[in-house]
Amino acid sequence: MTRAVELFHAARWNEPLIMDMTSPGERGVIPPAVDAAIAKAVGDVAGSLPAGVRRNSPPKLPEMSQPQVLRHYLRLSQMCMGADVTSDMMGTCTIKYSPKVHEHLVRQPWVWDLHPLQDDDTIQGILEIMYNFERMMCAISGMDAFTFEAGSGAQGIYANACLIRKYHESRGEGDRRTEMLTTAFSHPADAAAPAVAGYRVITLMPGERGYPEVGAVKAAISERTAGLMMTNPEDTGIYNRDIKEIVDLVHRAGGLCAYDQANGNGMLGIVRAGDTGFDLCQFNLHKTFSAPHGAVGQGCAAVGVKKAVAAYLFGPVIEFDGKRYRIKGERREAIERIRSFLGNIQTVVKAYAWVMSLGPEGMKAVAETAVLNSNYMLEGIRKLRGVTIPWPKNKYRRMEQIRYSMEKLHAETGITAHDVMWRMIDYGVQHFMLSHHPMLVAEPFTIEPGESYTVDELDEYVEILRRIIDEAYNDPDVVKTSPHRASVTKIDEVAIDDPKCWAFTHRGFLRKSAG
Amino acid sequence: MSDGLVHPYIPNAAPAPRRRLMKEVGIRDLAALYDSIPNDIKLKGPLKLPTRIESEHELRKHVESILAKNKSCQDLLNFRGAGCWQHFVPAVCDEINGRGEFLTSYGGFPYSDHGKYQALFEYQSLIGELVGLEVVGTPTYDWGAAADSAVLMACRVTGRDHVLVPATASPERLEQMRGFTKPVATIELVRCDPKTGLMDLADLKAKVSECTGAVYFEQPGYLGIIETQAPEIAKIAKAAGAKTVVGVDPISLGVLESPGDYGADLVVGELQPLGVHMYGGGGVAGFIASRDDEAMVAEHPSFLISISPAADQGQFGFGVSTMERTSYDKRHDSTDYYGTTQWLWGITAAVYLSLIGPRGLAELGEGIMQRSAYAAGRINRIKGVTAPVHASPFFKEFVVNFDRTGKTVAAVNRALKRRGILGGKDLSMEFPTLGQSALYCITEIHGKDEIDALAAALKEVSA
Repeated sequence: MTRAVELFHAARWNEPLIMDMTSPGERGVIPPAVDAAIAKAVGDVAGSLPAGVRRNSPPKLPEMSQPQVLRHYLRLSQMCMGADVTSDMMGTCTIKYSPKVHEHLVRQPWVWDLHPLQDDDTIQGILEIMYNFERMMCAISGMDAFTFEAGSGAQGIYANACLIRKYHESRGEGDRRTEMLTTAFSHPADAAAPAVAGYRVITLMPGERGYPEVGAVKAAISERTAGLMMTNPEDTGIYNRDIKEIVDLVHRAGGLCAYDQANGNGMLGIVRAGDTGFDLCQFNLHKTFSAPHGAVGQGCAAVGVKKAVAAYLFGPVIEFDGKRYRIKGERREAIERIRSFLGNIQTVVKAYAWVMSLGPEGMKAVAETAVLNSNYMLEGIRKLRGVTIPWPKNKYRRMEQIRYSMEKLHAETGITAHDVMWRMIDYGVQHFMLSHHPMLVAEPFTIEPGESYTVDELDEYVEILRRIIDEAYNDPDVVKTSPHRASVTKIDEVAIDDPKCWAFTHRGFLRKSAG
Repeated sequence: MSDGLVHPYIPNAAPAPRRRLMKEVGIRDLAALYDSIPNDIKLKGPLKLPTRIESEHELRKHVESILAKNKSCQDLLNFRGAGCWQHFVPAVCDEINGRGEFLTSYGGFPYSDHGKYQALFEYQSLIGELVGLEVVGTPTYDWGAAADSAVLMACRVTGRDHVLVPATASPERLEQMRGFTKPVATIELVRCDPKTGLMDLADLKAKVSECTGAVYFEQPGYLGIIETQAPEIAKIAKAAGAKTVVGVDPISLGVLESPGDYGADLVVGELQPLGVHMYGGGGVAGFIASRDDEAMVAEHPSFLISISPAADQGQFGFGVSTMERTSYDKRHDSTDYYGTTQWLWGITAAVYLSLIGPRGLAELGEGIMQRSAYAAGRINRIKGVTAPVHASPFFKEFVVNFDRTGKTVAAVNRALKRRGILGGKDLSMEFPTLGQSALYCITEIHGKDEIDALAAALKEVSA
């Protein structure tokens, strides 16, 4: 069954800004009134505040009744291409089905009305899940201990950089080991996070097979090396076959290796960070482990470490004595906290439920299907006019995502990958991902189908690309001026980067509009 | 292994589609997909995981049987806050943040996810109204992360490397800030008056220098105290060429002045009170706001969503401004990092502020202050108990001291728990000079009956 994709049109409500919808005197919710006896006993407490700190004029919030607020935000939600409503195969994002039953499990008092500082004996359920999920993550990764404190992949990577720093400091080598290695096709956070942690970051560039050669790694390693932080496969979908040798080289130089498992969806049950020699790793529970991406968060990075680093782990460490779960008390060797409280525990519950619903066979089926789908897409995409597959010298299979190039299409039509992105929306699918920086591949695009789509959906996606490429050759303007059937037409993209025009709030917009 | 697995979440793992895909790809064994991985590192045998629970019903039963062991703040009468607070959550907030279109969206740009960007622009705008500043970024991980980033933004803009923070700051916040800033800046504490809890301005003047990039304080502070000298602190910072960075609980801004109006250059804070459940701390999300100054905008680590005219007359759209600021573009040159944060709670905060409105926020703040004043008064009448410890106005939290009862906070809280009450956060380790003290939190969810019940229970257990 196929969809007439050319007939698609996104919802276009032309919905005003809520600040312009105000209707003086209306109210959306009414807070509980203060008991008369309390008011009588204490009087106007806020009124007795000193003038300098008492608010003089009320904030300019909208005044609206409840149905109008609900309708406004429901309309906005309809103008958003979440993965629940359409195909989203954005590379590096691991979009997959987020099971609804998980939402039903956590959107209840036993998760959402927990205070983070409750005593251990009142949160036995959540501690049990965290404890058991740690065991599961150790099995999945081959690491020895985990924390679920970090709120995203980037924060997990930052945590790994801090753990490596602490490891060297504890051995008196903190001052000497000042350099961190990463690779050009690892996520930008693998370069940014160690830089923020104080490291000079050396980026290893890809060789002719699409990944850094051992020689390049050798040349970059020195007595200053603190460690290596990278993905594998990298964002190109290419697996670095020399990984064990590279890890061994870093170890021999006294460094530690952190495996960014952002691209781990195709690796579940196939190869583990621990068996590859890595000392640290991090998995994105909001990607690989099915928790929803939440419009860019509530994420969680499961940060895993080997024994040598375990003492420095931050966040709550859960212990079990056979009867009760408890959060281990003061841990003097731990690095400084990176995030407050217990982390995004709702995300951990969802990831736990996901693993329980899959078991060992299911986990492997996820990985194999993700890689199979990706390679199936490759067969379709390689036939598209103007599309090339970088690093043809690398004859091995690509993994769960693949970076392609529209360099030829651009040369022949003037249409860029960026133009194609916006045109995809006109056919009712989420646009693809180009590439993170640095954009070493010309006119890049990156596709990661994951394991949640059917053959028809994969075919439809490739067919949409084929149609757009046809348009690029025959009617390039329609691509260049897209989107046409999205929730909004082309915006002034120059204005948003111009200090005279940009406006990040309504008040800024009003001031600048008034000239 | 090529036989396939019928699983509701993985359509192409089923035998028929799997065979079809394998044929197209030209493989007979799925292992061929992994020809790039050397055999010696491949996992031998299955992962050691529990057997899968196939039916949704049984999965649900399994997880529910574990979660049922929790006692939530619906079961307990909660007076604990300290950075994550139990407030009223309007149903519409949960309705909107549960919408699949938002919940499962991610990397889409404004042409595909226009509604998400509009909702976040509205969040930026409404927070801007509360704090009195024109630039607000997309959410950060939490208040602490926002404070981390903001004090270093101030340092970079001023070219300085010294940060002043009041000694009454939350030790956990301070730990988070020290950890983040230590490669590039040092944090020094400013003394606070033990009687009032307010910043000692003489000590501030003595410590602020030509090296000071940021003077950071919170309004209300960790211990609940309203810093009545806020405008003077901003003046002192400004005179020294430092930036004033104020951390706020935004739900207080119906009654407390916009920091932007008393001299704050940067404002950070916590979104969780604005319509987000506590989620054991999973409900937190921070924000960073600043003036619309080009140099300062360049230092924001978060995505900044700008409104922009659209091609259709009179319409508008949104875009992410100046991406070259962010760690996505700067990579190894980054001075901060950004990634997936807590945007869903930013959308929720916009819904909340639209519902509560200006009158609601004022009533809420006034009501909270009346309730907490009443609660402190009731508790202070208990023999041997002092509340509030500090002679200053306070918002929703205040310090209660038990020294003269001879009881520890731990013992009091244990006894309260037996009565179904979650007592205030024990401060005896964090602030030893406060003796056996606890931080109590009162919000709009507490009626007179609940406050009286707390007072009665405290009287019993401290006797």
